[in-house]
Amino acid sequence: MLQRIRTAPPRYWLVAIVVIFFVGFPTVISSFQTSLWTQALVLAIAIMGLNILVGYSGQLSLGHGAFMALGAYTSAILAHHYKLDYLITIPIAALLTGVVGFLFGIPALRLSALYLALATFALAVVTPSLIKRPDALTGGVQGILVIQPDPPQFAQDTFATVTGTVMSSDQWIYYVALFCALLLFWVAWNLVRHRPGRAMRAIRDGEVAAAASGVNIAGYKTMAFGISAFYAGTAGSLFGLATGFVSPDTFPVSLSIQLLVGAVVGGLASIPGPLLGAIFAYFLPIESNQWVPSQAWIPVQIASTVKNAGPAVSYGVVLIAIMMFAPNGIVGLVNSGYAALNRRLRGAGDRETGQMPPDAQTV
Amino acid sequence: MQEFLQQVVSGIATGGIFASLALALVLIYNAMGLVNFAQGEMAMFATFVAYALVTRGMSYWIALPITLVVAFAGGLLIQRVVIRPVERAPILTLVIITLGLAALVNGLAGFIFGYVPRSFPSPFPSDTVDLLGVFVSYRDLGVIGVSGLVLLGIYLLLQRTTVGLTLRAAAHHPEASRLLGVQVSWMLALGWGLASAVGAVSGIMVAPILLLEPNMMQSIIIYAFAAAVLGGIESPLGAVVGGLVVGVTINLAGAYLPFVGGDLQLAVGLAIIIAVLIIRPNGLFGRAAVRRV
Amino acid sequence: MGPKAPRLAALAVFFVTLAACGGTATPTPQTDIGITSDSILLGNTIAQSGPAAAYGTIGNAELAYFTYVNGQGGVNGRKINFKILDDAYNPAQTVPLTKQLVENDQVFAMFSGLGTQDQVSVRDYLNSKKVPQLFVATGATTFNKDFGSNPWTLGWQPPYQGESHIYAQDVLKNHAGAKIGVLYQNDDYGQDYLKGLTDGLGSNASMIVAKESYDVTAANTAAQLTKLKASGADTLFIFATPGFTIKSLVTVTLLHWEPTIYLNSVSNPQVYMGLAKKAGAALKNVTSVGYLKDPTDPQWANDEGMKLYKTVIASCSTCKPEDGFNIYGVAVAYTMVDVLKQAGTVMTRKNVMDIAANKLNETNPFLLPNVKVRTTSSDHFPIMQEQVITWNGTGWTLQGSLIDERGTIK
Repeated sequence: MLQRIRTAPPRYWLVAIVVIFFVGFPTVISSFQTSLWTQALVLAIAIMGLNILVGYSGQLSLGHGAFMALGAYTSAILAHHYKLDYLITIPIAALLTGVVGFLFGIPALRLSALYLALATFALAVVTPSLIKRPDALTGGVQGILVIQPDPPQFAQDTFATVTGTVMSSDQWIYYVALFCALLLFWVAWNLVRHRPGRAMRAIRDGEVAAAASGVNIAGYKTMAFGISAFYAGTAGSLFGLATGFVSPDTFPVSLSIQLLVGAVVGGLASIPGPLLGAIFAYFLPIESNQWVPSQAWIPVQIASTVKNAGPAVSYGVVLIAIMMFAPNGIVGLVNSGYAALNRRLRGAGDRETGQMPPDAQTV
Repeated sequence: MQEFLQQVVSGIATGGIFASLALALVLIYNAMGLVNFAQGEMAMFATFVAYALVTRGMSYWIALPITLVVAFAGGLLIQRVVIRPVERAPILTLVIITLGLAALVNGLAGFIFGYVPRSFPSPFPSDTVDLLGVFVSYRDLGVIGVSGLVLLGIYLLLQRTTVGLTLRAAAHHPEASRLLGVQVSWMLALGWGLASAVGAVSGIMVAPILLLEPNMMQSIIIYAFAAAVLGGIESPLGAVVGGLVVGVTINLAGAYLPFVGGDLQLAVGLAIIIAVLIIRPNGLFGRAAVRRV
Repeated sequence: MGPKAPRLAALAVFFVTLAACGGTATPTPQTDIGITSDSILLGNTIAQSGPAAAYGTIGNAELAYFTYVNGQGGVNGRKINFKILDDAYNPAQTVPLTKQLVENDQVFAMFSGLGTQDQVSVRDYLNSKKVPQLFVATGATTFNKDFGSNPWTLGWQPPYQGESHIYAQDVLKNHAGAKIGVLYQNDDYGQDYLKGLTDGLGSNASMIVAKESYDVTAANTAAQLTKLKASGADTLFIFATPGFTIKSLVTVTLLHWEPTIYLNSVSNPQVYMGLAKKAGAALKNVTSVGYLKDPTDPQWANDEGMKLYKTVIASCSTCKPEDGFNIYGVAVAYTMVDVLKQAGTVMTRKNVMDIAANKLNETNPFLLPNVKVRTTSSDHFPIMQEQVITWNGTGWTLQGSLIDERGTIK
């Protein structure tokens, strides 16, 4: 055992540190800040789903917000109308969304990348108006309030022992989201390392060649859609729980764009990428509006301009800058930095850059 | 019957708006195989430039060419500064950059010009033509007419001039073009400039109808996207026909399909378009792409 | 009550006696979260980016008024600090931002949060925390009607349904044989207006011969208006946001249709009417209602309230004085300041909420003459008077006297 720990590759250490960090830090920050990190984790799950679809199977979706909406509404309706425990509805919502995603993937097979982009973008645009229609079920424009559960006794006791304070609903929901995120990231990691992952990457890098090697193209492509939607559905369900409310305006087109941006900025076809991308995509719009104006060292003129110009401008600028200077996302940047460092330390012999081939992301 | 004809004619009028922006999307696709999500926002911004000139007392007919030049230069500049460094990056990187551009340009316009809608002058009168009890305004006809002219211009440029030929060659066979001494990168910049200018024409034509404000093109870009794709993304003629078909389809779907109603016209319209694409995966005027191994 | 009750009662008697002995005693100064000896912190969420960014100026106008009041010495010696956060009209952002304002920034109250879905999304939270959610910037009826179950939440502007009741009265009085066609936005805003109209017409609801909805993603409303015209309607109600209202007015003229037109108050500022006219709308037989003074209306040029508005709004560099949303912002900020002033030294959330919901009786200089902002222990709809107005080709003419809708919404 000790031997295994001692010889574990550095990335295992990194994973362990990250997990300990995420488990531990809600005990030192406020309940409100924890609730922000819940949202970031929820986005990370959805972005991981998108990453499986775009990064590994090479199919583009500009409409994953629609799958999140389906997951969120499934849970909200089951909890509100049928009085199910919200936590039980999460897997139901995930499965239902997964099935719908799988079915969506079948006609998607006929569409080339660009047309699939249109189809999914269209789905995102019409989602709010589709939600409004069956208003007896969805609450129409009024939306549905989701009652946030109190933490169960064991969680309260543990939290009180560690921090000496009472656990809030927001903190409990954070741990629910963290549990789902860890589980789904672990599943994704296993998926991409084994046969399905290899098959999907083969399809992404060349369908004809993959088919020639006996890969079931249609099967894997629709499966990728299904898995991806399963992730989005889970995220949507958690999103409703964390927000405490679902309504048509909660799922605008910009949510789908935010997911894609997070996936690409984090780094496609990587496991840590979605987490980093989610943190970026969630906090950048908030912070550009609040952090800059609050900094005394930034000249008032610039700070007030940034504030008045709104988050859209800063978001656009930072997004373009990242894509220009780190087209493989944050993970790509870290990898090439790490590789450069390695070369420095060990001489030029180490060629393991970990960087994706340039056309790996082609869709 | 008269109501039906009016729905068709109104649909064509709205379709003209979609077509005019779709032309710019097609042009950029021809130049570099990319769909520019910022095209609508760039067109909106150019229209604000024209607005600023006109409200400072400049004649419309002088402001118009100046705006087109500014738009062309702006498109060129964006390509040189933002796109060129990532020219060879995966398409998805470029798509994200255009999404970033869209957010940036939209936010800037809101910051500089505010969100109060403004009226924009039109060279066409606001009167209507009466076609046997069916009405259409000169402005709508103007949008369609100008789109037709732009279409003709693009066709002549791409098919009948050396520049057009080089442009297409650079987009489709960059390596071979480079070997033949074509400055591929500048050809792409030219494509961006032209698309930006075509977008500006669209913005200036539709602003009197849609009212000028930073979000003017946000509801149009999805329809323009649909129009371009339906027509077969490479074909300028397809974009115009696609625009008109989309306009008429959403009007008729909203008005006559049972249980749909006006509020779901976009949903149904897009569903129909996607169904068409599933049957004809390359669009109405597109050629089947040969899959390279 | 357990065995402790007698002792408590005795204690109460003691305090009451004590208070009575004090005679004219001024209440003991009290404060609450968000109040310091020289400041009051208010929070706000509003759309300053995204599809509804046009409303964002309201927050800036409110800030301009608070700045003006602070320049005059503030409220009983306290300056108002106003923190505005952009939620992009998305409830998923309203929730964390509101939590931030309440838990992190420790605001005294939320003021003039915008958007129905957005404000519904935080209503339970704010009520459970007993944080005032004052004067939400939406006319959805629920924010006044459901005061009983949400005693920390209150609207300000006339509810959409109440406004529609006025239209119904006007139609019954002046166009008894009308065949009504309704164009409405398919959200809470349009639906509330439609419900108000249907309720207001009561047994005459069959006068509505056709209704068509549109979605905000639509390019225009030509298809809907063509259908409404074909239905034979001679009276058109447009329950739409300003942009769609202007386009619809133009389309009506384009279709050579000349119905009697009713517009909702959100879309009737003269700036928008001017835009519609320039774009080719005939604007014949147009009726609406108002409760705010229109900054572009020349009849208020020498009005004291309007002069004050011009002074206030000049300090906001991004605000356009002619924008009707800005005078809305200044007017609602005036009411907020009024409430805080009345609270005097008892600056507690409870007291401020009590004054706002039960004891308002204010003449607001930015509202039309004689419009009162009033609440009582049994009536929590602050503004319920509106004035019917008709378009005379260049401006709005006030018709008849104010109509009071008080008590019409159950």
